[in-house]
Amino acid sequence: MVKIFLSISLTFFVLLGQAKEAPLAAKNPELEARMMRITSELRCLVCQNQTIADSHADLAVDLRNQVLEQLQKGQSDKQIVDYMTARYGDFVLYRPPVNEKTAILWFGPGLLLLISLGILFVVLRRRSRMAPEAFDPDEPEVQVPDGLSH
Amino acid sequence: MRYLKFLVPLGIFLGLVLFLGAGLKLDPREVPSPLIGKPAPAFALTRMDNPEQTIRREDMLGKVWMLNVWASWCVACREEHPLVVEFSRLKLLPIYGLNYKDTRVEGMKWVSRFGNPYDASLFDQDGRVGIDFGVYGVPETFIMDRQGVIRYKHIGPLTPDVLRSTIEPLVRQLNG
Repeated sequence: MVKIFLSISLTFFVLLGQAKEAPLAAKNPELEARMMRITSELRCLVCQNQTIADSHADLAVDLRNQVLEQLQKGQSDKQIVDYMTARYGDFVLYRPPVNEKTAILWFGPGLLLLISLGILFVVLRRRSRMAPEAFDPDEPEVQVPDGLSH
Repeated sequence: MRYLKFLVPLGIFLGLVLFLGAGLKLDPREVPSPLIGKPAPAFALTRMDNPEQTIRREDMLGKVWMLNVWASWCVACREEHPLVVEFSRLKLLPIYGLNYKDTRVEGMKWVSRFGNPYDASLFDQDGRVGIDFGVYGVPETFIMDRQGVIRYKHIGPLTPDVLRSTIEPLVRQLNG
């Protein structure tokens, strides 16, 4: 048990150490800002609810350095995003592209809204045609047969 | 018409159950790799045990082979390792390691301590080749066919079931 705990905590130390050994080599603040803008649109695959810009995971640090390196080579934003999706798929994009696979994601909520508005409209129209007595709360719905009253 | 009132919510409910049930079966950790069916990325790495000898993507063409990404700092790799050693005894295909973001010394210590199932381990110190293979959680395992196309990827530790029911039949089919 102690061994397991030790090895886990040591692993974290190793990760911390590596994260510090790889500082961002940006001397150009403009490039760094562009790098942060691109990586804040990309999902970190290690901690999936963080962007690559925010994450301290080892891989995210590496990927930030990769993006920076490619920016220094003069690659466009689109080329860099293509580089990432070629390796990790559309999953890394926080803004997934519109295609047949993501159609339900993009249009599902609007479609649901339209359907519910349609239902609301039909129900309201049907109700507006009902006689006013239909809404009278004092009116019993089922007529009690004569023989049973009193 | 009266029944409809009850059937509509029931229908909606069943639809939701199906939808959420399917969602439960999906593992968000398993990101489908866009690399499957595509040629393996180009690489030229030295052997972990010999910095003089370089292994390239082209050297691997013509054979079906397995690439197992591992590191001495990776706890899950140690868990997986006995299975890889056992699998290598079957001699179904050459198994290469990708020693990911590690040091030669630690890597060599690791294989001599836990066994070396690899024909060779490629030494990927800065993790660049790992990134090209879309590695994000070690261990990962890839199967390449004779044309150097990635045919299968497994994320996380291999299991006996995956080896037996997925990888073995695939290798036989690719070699057959």
